[in-house]
This record gives sequence, structure tokens and C-alpha cells, in this order.
Amino acid sequence: MRLFFLAGCCVLLPAAVAGAATPDYTRDIQPVLKKHCYACHGPQVQMKSLRLDDPQAAMRAIQPGDSAHSRLIDMVTGKSGKFMPPAGPHLADSEIAALRAWIDAGAKFGGASQMGLWSLQPIRRPPGPHDAAHDIDQFILARLKAEGIKPSPPADRATLIRRVTLDLTGLPPTPREVQEFLDDKRPDAYPRVVDRLLASPHYGEKWARYWLDLAHYADSDGYEKDLEREWAWRYRQWVIDALNRDMAYDEFTIEQIAGDELPNATVEQKVATGFFRQTLTNREAGVDQRETHFEQLVDRTDTFGTVWLGLTVRCAQCHDHKYDPIKQKDFYQILAYFNRAMEANIDAPLTGELEPYLHAKPEYDRKYEELLKEYNVPELQTVWEARMVGAMNNPGKDLDWDFSCTSFRAMFDQAERTIRKPAAERTEREQRALTNYFIRGSFPVLIKGTNLGPKMKELRTKLDALNNAKSVPHLTQAYAIADDPLQQVTHIALRGDYKNEGPEVEPGTPSFLPPAHATTRLELAKWLVSPENPLVARVEVNRLWQEMFGRGIVTTSEDFGTQGDKPSHPELLDYLASEFREHWSVKRMLREIALSSTYCQASDARPDLETKDPANMLLARQSRVRLPAELIRDEALAASGLLNDEIGGRSVKPPQPAGVAELGYGRTNTKYAESPGKLKYRRGLYIHYQRTTPYPFLVNFDEPDSDMACPRRRMSNTPLQSLNLLNDPVFFEAAGALAKRVQEQAPGTSFNDRLSYAFELCLGRKPTAHEKDRLATYFDKQQDWTGISRVLLNLDEFITRE
Amino acid sequence: MELEQYRNILSRRNFFRDCAGGIGIAALAKLLEADGYAATASTNPLAPKPPMFPAKAKNVIFMFMEGGPSQLDLFDPKPELTKWDGKPLPASLTKDLQLAFIKPTAAVMASQRQFAPRGQCGMEISDYLPHLSGVADDICLIRSMHTDAFNHHPGQLLLFSGTTQVGRPTMGAWVTYGLGSESQNLPGFVVLASGAGTSGGASNYSSGFLPSTYQGTILRNTGDPILYLSNPPGITRERQRTDLDAMRDLNELHMEQKGDREIAARINSYELAFRMQMAGPELTDFSKESPETLEMYGVNKEPMKQFGTNCLLARRMVERGVRFVMMMHASWDDHTELTKKLKQNCDITDQPTAALIKDLKQRGLLDSTLVVWGGEFGRTPMSEIRKPEDAASAGRDHHPVAYSMWMAGGGVKAGTVVGKTDDLCFHITEDPIHVHDLQATILNRLGMEHTRLTYQYMGRDFRLTDLEGKVVEKLLA
Repeated sequence: MRLFFLAGCCVLLPAAVAGAATPDYTRDIQPVLKKHCYACHGPQVQMKSLRLDDPQAAMRAIQPGDSAHSRLIDMVTGKSGKFMPPAGPHLADSEIAALRAWIDAGAKFGGASQMGLWSLQPIRRPPGPHDAAHDIDQFILARLKAEGIKPSPPADRATLIRRVTLDLTGLPPTPREVQEFLDDKRPDAYPRVVDRLLASPHYGEKWARYWLDLAHYADSDGYEKDLEREWAWRYRQWVIDALNRDMAYDEFTIEQIAGDELPNATVEQKVATGFFRQTLTNREAGVDQRETHFEQLVDRTDTFGTVWLGLTVRCAQCHDHKYDPIKQKDFYQILAYFNRAMEANIDAPLTGELEPYLHAKPEYDRKYEELLKEYNVPELQTVWEARMVGAMNNPGKDLDWDFSCTSFRAMFDQAERTIRKPAAERTEREQRALTNYFIRGSFPVLIKGTNLGPKMKELRTKLDALNNAKSVPHLTQAYAIADDPLQQVTHIALRGDYKNEGPEVEPGTPSFLPPAHATTRLELAKWLVSPENPLVARVEVNRLWQEMFGRGIVTTSEDFGTQGDKPSHPELLDYLASEFREHWSVKRMLREIALSSTYCQASDARPDLETKDPANMLLARQSRVRLPAELIRDEALAASGLLNDEIGGRSVKPPQPAGVAELGYGRTNTKYAESPGKLKYRRGLYIHYQRTTPYPFLVNFDEPDSDMACPRRRMSNTPLQSLNLLNDPVFFEAAGALAKRVQEQAPGTSFNDRLSYAFELCLGRKPTAHEKDRLATYFDKQQDWTGISRVLLNLDEFITRE
Repeated sequence: MELEQYRNILSRRNFFRDCAGGIGIAALAKLLEADGYAATASTNPLAPKPPMFPAKAKNVIFMFMEGGPSQLDLFDPKPELTKWDGKPLPASLTKDLQLAFIKPTAAVMASQRQFAPRGQCGMEISDYLPHLSGVADDICLIRSMHTDAFNHHPGQLLLFSGTTQVGRPTMGAWVTYGLGSESQNLPGFVVLASGAGTSGGASNYSSGFLPSTYQGTILRNTGDPILYLSNPPGITRERQRTDLDAMRDLNELHMEQKGDREIAARINSYELAFRMQMAGPELTDFSKESPETLEMYGVNKEPMKQFGTNCLLARRMVERGVRFVMMMHASWDDHTELTKKLKQNCDITDQPTAALIKDLKQRGLLDSTLVVWGGEFGRTPMSEIRKPEDAASAGRDHHPVAYSMWMAGGGVKAGTVVGKTDDLCFHITEDPIHVHDLQATILNRLGMEHTRLTYQYMGRDFRLTDLEGKVVEKLLA
């Protein structure tokens, strides 16, 4: 009913009358309303049910084209005997004049600068009490009814529990969990399952993967050298923890963008900024450091735009956006926030690490300093530093030293800054890093023609022994960002070329959204999640929806601009977004979606939908979704009982075929030392991601390449995937383990008992009579449970969330 | 389609199930198609697609010489350089020049190579390439290539993806996306590596944001030629078939219930995988090649064994309809010991490269195959000396401003030199050809207009040539 009412409103709007000096909504009107009215009639509070930031809702007080009969004017002029606002100064005459002129011209919301882009309009929250799950269905059903389509019946319970378990935890339900659900006749049996899954620590793992796609997480630098990032996992750990704790999304946003700027920032809040350390680093010796730095800033800006604004801001790197109201200046204003930050590697101890470390440190320090002294390092390093700085100041004098400097700049983070800093002003971390580089990286230049070589090798061996001793506890590190004390100036790069400096810009929020005063990253982050910003909530709920249905309400979850798709259910999207903004709880939102009848429908294709809705935009059924790469592997390991379900921690390197790691730079596999023992059975989320030579299984099943933010994975279907599942030792091992498990643990020893158990482990259901017949025929011939297991692990249904 | 009708079609699978191999589902797909319910592309994204206009070439062999081979010592003779040997270049030339390692003031190093006119056409090629010189009349030499990047990975990204930014689809992926593949038993885009690993790694043959179907598949030197091509231990081919039959039947039963055509596509993929398990070993089995052929490619002769094997594989793949073969040989990045290292690489690659051209030609495949040879940039006329005490240690730095590449076959002008550089091989003086122009020309020969081969992502249409590129008419036959 409500939908029709709104639609009616739109029709009643008279055509806008273009005036010569028509005030622009964004420039002239919105600031006035914001200043005087929004406090009581804005996004958060709507006294007397009046809301002025919403084009439709505001019509209660506005007669477009007729300011004389608009209640808004009556109130601000005191014509009705009562002034608005009731407290504070009245509106200035010029402001009232602007409002009049604007209303007379048709009261068009959205100025020229907004181009009426739907995603930039305020979120409209439908009025009335809400029972969310119920409401989701109302929106879907209303649209289906209008199209004359009936929804699908509910999925059977076995399908439903497998679906929701995979969606919320990324693991298949155990046979016992399925049975308990089938036996649970309580009316709230299903909500109980949903709540149990949301409370599972595996929830954080499943949902971390989608967030890490956005951050474009990897365990290595990328580019030629592609050095390993030993501590990248620490940020992943933060994501898993934050999601498991259901950290509010506004907080989640703020900490990742500016955790370090929060008052008394904790280590965890600093670790959160590791979001922006997923940028690639080019350590090729000859690179232009300015260019590399610029590329990194562009990536951070682009990632920021994609993840929180859902807009392709990168298009504005070189010129004003061709389609969306994003100016080139907007791009560089956002970039300027990141240009004022620098990379910072920090101690980020996990629980229990700090105390033993502090206890052991004095003794370690003593031995360390002794060793350095024994080998004259302090003196030698001073000479080396002086020569390096000399070469930096006077390049071209000595090619050896020039080359040393080039290499140092590429391999050592903030190289020049650190080496030029007097030793006394360096932090212990800086000093030790520099000493370490000196001892390991640069010595040959200095010792050429001396007999120091063997001595230094000796020192390296001794240092290794000292560092690797069990008695020395280490602190986990993290890659973070921090304010750069130098406060770099940002220029617009003309045509996107960093060498071509245009006008200087200050940090600032994009012009196409309501203006805000935000000069720091923290203010930027707070502005993002403020009620004036309609994008953040829309973009995020859309992605959550996408994870639960295989497609967002806006299909192009990466692009909410004019080139992207329009929402299939705009009111639903706004309803969800406004609901989400109330509490910013991802778990609550997912719960609401999971409990909706829309989510619980069967996913079977329907002949009547083949023509009416082949892409399933209208959701007359659930979608069948092929599982993402990591989950396919997890599921095989889980079904076979091999899974090591330990949560969090370092990345692991499961065995991979010979010759894969060797395809990287220098043709070595030294970057890939296989993890021992049960580590290889950890979840796919933890598989070490080496950017230039990623784990083949992940690539085969469409894991994004982690070079840029990926809000939506492309799902392909290739013969290489089939070869992978058929012949990869990991899957063959899983088939063997599953066979063993089935024979040992099935409730009975008959073929049927065992087959049923195998089906329950893999597919969460019992076999049909046809399936039983077919596999009985197979078994008669082969007498091999590994074969049966292999068949099940290769089924389309196995790698699909039904 | 009514559900009943749909079920009818599916139940006819019993008929096909009795047929051998993957015929059942292939026929099912045909049946669906005949009934107007399935497009070939929906079950096989690599099905061949017609070009936009008549093509001159059907396949590409891109011989990527990673690191930047020295054009001064291979393809672009500069006798004038001896006059400058040991002296810095005039400042007017090197103004605003940015190089990776050396300063623009570094001393010039003349080439020690001997050049002579080769073939009927008389194109000058260095004495390090005697075999290639023998096929000079078949190649089109470009002496006026230029690029924007002076470091390896950015240079490689620009060459293969059209931009120095990471994350875009690469040339091989674009071509298979545009044309599909003639081979239904092998991947459409195959990568062959030799020598050291490359700077770009997977980003040189990535499908970027295109579906990963178009990703380059590495044909490996160790173990299985294609990853996971062999059955697990103890699984015979017959047994593989038996297991696949069971999988197919269960998948079909499931499709009957769910009605999702994706399941048919999945079945199709398994059948193709099974065929690939036959075709892969067949591809790498040289037993039917003549001894003359094996010798010509140097398949059994060091140091060219690996590269020669890859060249022969490239020809065999083209014969079998693989659309895009990318050979990567690393590395030509001779900052030091240029003379020695260049000789090593030439000894490895020269004979097999010439053999590939000859062999393609004698088999009538050269006309329909476009061969492209080159690196991500060239090398400086100035020397790079990291050990001043040892003259033989001198090398050359990266030179993106002017360098050489060559093409052969598929509609390019044979026995021709295009482009000129100045006396110092520093700047281009005639017919500059940017990397984007090369890309546009390659696509053109394949019957595709580079501005129309696009893919929408993140709200805009992307293409291999980014926003640039023009087809170089002078290269066309």
C-alpha cells in the first residue's frame, strides 16, 4: 500500500519551472535546511513526522511551484503565528528568499552537481513499526505480486540448514546438526540455528574473507620482488575478531581508516589501519620512489572509494568522472588524507606475549649489543651511513654507492628518512632495522678489498642463533599507518601523471555529498558514517545481501554510479540501509535476512521464471551459488574429517605442485616453505597468498588476484577446475579420509548406512532412491569407498550452496 | 518451457548414457539448443566466436623476451656510436631523461657486434643471430618501438595489459575472450616459460577482471604439463571414466530436480577435462615428430633444449587450435656482462626461434599464425658499469625511448624494416610505434577492432589499448 502511495506522490509533482536564478539545492538550500531544520526534521529525528532531507517526505510542508501555500515558508516566516525554529535565530531574509525561489521553481531536490544520481539521495526510511524479517518479505512479495509471479515454497529443512550454515560460517553442517534440526519441532527451531551460527567463531572466518577481498589482502608485496609480508596476517586476525565480536560497522569503519588517530588509540585500533597496508610495494631496484608512492596513494584512494562509497572514484584520477559527479579535485582531496599518512610497522603483541618478552628483553639486548660491539658494528655502521648519505647528496660520483642507495631506497621502508635521522633520534625499532639492513644487505660495498667478509658472515650466523633461540620471545608485529609528521602537500596530478603537478588541494570530502568539515582521517571516517552520508549503509547492506543471495539488490555492488545497475528493489535497499544505520550491527542484519521467507525459499529453477525473470532479480526463488574457492576446500576437508579448525594466526603454506613457486621472480621456491603437520589442513582463508605465484587451487576457483578491491567475485566454470577437484592430491586425500570415516563412523555397516552417512557428510542430506541405485551399481563393480567419496566430492551439488 | 517438456528432454539422457565417453551430455546440450533453450556459449565460454571482420591470422605466438633485449647489439646497427664510445651523450639528447640505474651522463658504449645485410631483403641483423638471419625475409622488423615504463614490472604490465596498473586483463585473455578457442581439448590461452622467472609473474597472463576462463594456463616443464592433468595414483583411465560416469549421472539426476543449466555446464567441464587428459600428453609427446624436426628445434641439444621444446610445443598447439601461445624467456636484463650474457641467450633462443618460423612456414601455418618477438623495453646506448675495474663487466640500462621488436606471419609485411632511430639509437626518427599501437595491430590481424573489443567493469568499458592505440598500416601485408 505504502509503495503505491509514494509512487503516487511522484506523479503529482509538477514539472519543474526553470528560473533564471534558480537556487541550487546542494549549494543554496540544503545548507539552510541543515543549519536550521534538520535537528528536529532531519535524518535522525522527525518531529511531527516531518522530514526535510527527503524529497518525498518533505512534500508535506512544501507545495512545489507555490511558496505562498507552502507550510515551510509559513513556519519560517512566522506567518502562522509560530516561528520555526522555535529556539535559536530565525532564518535570514536572504535564506527565506532562497527557499521561496527554490519552491517556486519546483522544489527540485538534488542540484546540478548531483545529477539526480539515485545513490546520493538521502535514505528514505519507510514509516511505521517494523518486524524486519517480515518487512523484507513484504517488499519482495509486493514486487512479485505486481509482476504476477508467485514465490517459491520453502526449501526443505536439510537444504535450508546446509544453506544457512555455509552462508554464515562457510562450513557444512555436521550430520548431527542436520538431524537435530530435522527433529526439532519447536516453532523457533530455525531462528535457534541462525543464532547458534552467528555465535560460532567460524562466523568471523567466513565473513572475514569477503572483507579481505575488499581490502585486497595478500601475504606478499607484489611486483617483481614480491617479498613475503610476514605479519600481514595480524590484520586478518583483527578482522576475524572484530566480526566475531560484531563490532558496529561505524566503529569498524572508523578504526580501519583512522584507528591510529583515535584518542589513546589501542594497539588493536592501530592494527585495524592495516586495511591500507594491503597496497602493493614495488621493490624493483630502479623504481622511481615518487612514482611508487603515488601509485600507492592512488590505490588507497580507489580502495576507499570502492569499499565505502561504492563509486569508481579512480576514474577521476586523470579527469573529472565522465558519468558520475566526481571531480578530479574530489579524487585528490581524498588522496590528500592518505598523503598525510605514512606506513608504520608496529609491535602488536597477542595476548600473553608481552610479559615474557619484557622479561627477557634486557638479557637479549645485552647479548645483542655485545655481539655488535665484538664485530665493530657501531663504528662500521657509522662509516657506512656517512657514505650512504654522502652518495645520496652527491649522486654520480661513485657507481657502487649509487647502486647501493638505489637498492636501499627500494628495499628499506622510509630509507632516506631513517638514515638521515641522527642515530640518537631514531627509535629502537628504526635503529635495529637499519643495523639489520647494514649487516645483511649492504655490507659488500663497504668491505670490498678488506677481509671483513668472513667476519660478517660469522656475525650473521651468531645473530641468527641469538634470534632463533627458544629463550627469546618475540612480539607479533603489524603493518599499520600513522600520521606523517611531515604533512605532505598534495597536488592534483594533471592527466593523472604524478610528474605533472596541478593546483594544490587540501584534504576534503567529495563535493557531490553534503559538505563536512573533515581535515583528518578520523574526521573523514566519522563523516562517512554520519547520517548525512547515504552511501556507506546502502553499499554495505547491499554487499551483505549479495553474500546471502548470490547477487546484490544492486547487481554491480562495486558501482553505485550512473553506469552501475539500478537497485532491483530500491525501497527494500533503503529500508535495510536505514535499519542498518540504527544499530550498525552486521550480525543483526544478517539475522534479519536469514530469517526472511525470501531467504528460506527453495532454489529450484522454475519454468515460468525462465522467461519472466531468468536472472532471478525478483527473487521468486533463492539462487544456487557456486561456493567460493576457499569454501570448496574447507568443505572437502570438513566432510572428510581432515579439517584443522583452529581459528586465526599465521598464514599457512599447504603443499603445492613443484614448479608453481618457481614461476616467480628469480625462479626460486624459497618463498614457499611448506607448513608442517596439521597446518596444511587449515581453512582456505589462511592459505598464504603470494601475489605473483598464488596457490593454484585458489586461482582456479576465481579467488581475486588481490591487486585491487574486489567487491564481487566472478564465478567461472572451467575444465581446469574439474581437473583440480578430480586429481589434486588434496582432494584425493580427502576422498580417502572420507572413505575411512564413512566405514568407521557410519551408524551401520551396510552399504546403505554408509552411503547415507557419506551423503550427510558431503551434502547434508540422505541419498534418493535413484542415487542409491546408481551408486550401488558403481559399488558392485568397484568395491571402493574412496571411489564413492571421490564421486561425491566432485558433484556440482557439493560445490554449490543450494 | 513447461516442466514436463524439460523433464522429457532430460529423461532422454538414458539414451545417450549408453553411448561412450562424453557424448551423452554433448548431445543433451545439442538437444537443449535445438529446442531453443541453451546457447553454446552458456555451456562453453571458450566456444569459437567469429571475428569482427575477416582475419589475417587465427593464432598468436607471442615470444616474450623478458628483461629487455639489447636492440643495439641485435637489430639496430649504429656504427656512429664508435665515435662516441667512452664519452657522455650531448646534454640536449638526454634532457629530462629518467633511467632506472644510470645517470643520463653515463658514457656511451659502442656495440661489439658485427652487422650485415641478411636475406633477399637485406635487413641488417647481428652476428649473434645467425639462424634468425636465415629467415630475415619472413620477418617484419620494427626498430621504432617505444613504451612509457622504464622498470620491468610496469613495462610488462603495459605491454600485456595496456596500462602500468595491476589488475587488468592481459593480451592473451582479451584475444580468447574475443575469439574463443578452436581447440576444445586444450585451453585457449597457454603459457610456456623458460629460463628464470619473470618480474611480472602471473600478472602477465592474468585474466584480470575478465572471467578466469580466459586466464593463461601454464604448460609446465616439471610434472604434469597442465596442473593436475594426471589421475591420482592408482586411478586408471578406465577407472577415471567409470568415476566420471557416476558423477555425470548423479549430476544429471540433480539437474532434473533443480533445473539449473549451470549443472549442464559443469558436466561439460568435466568431459572437457577428461578429453584434456588425453590431449595434454598427446601434445607433449614428440614421438611422431621426425628426427629432422627435433634437430631443427634443438629439442635434445643444450643449451637450447628447454626453449626448443617450448618452440615445438608452440607449433603443435597452433596446429591443435590453441588461440594464444605466450612464450616467456627470462632474462635479457643485461645490466652487467652484456657480451657474455647476450651470447648465452642468443645461443639458447636463436636456432629454435628460426626453426619455429621455418616449420610454421613449411606446414602452411605461418600465414594464419602471427608471431611476435620482443621485450618490455630495449637498452641504452650508454654503458652501465658496476665494476669499473673490469671492462668486460659493462652492461646497458633499460631504454624505453626506442627499441626493436619483430613480427612474422599472419598478415604482416615480411622482409621489411619499419621505423628508424637516430645515429645513437637514442630517439626514434621515423614511424614511432607505441606499445598500444602494437596491441591494436595484433588485434587487427586477428580480425578485431581494438576500440570495440571491450568489457564493462566498474562502470566503464575497458579495453586492451586503454584509451590509445592505432593500427600501424606500414606493418600490414
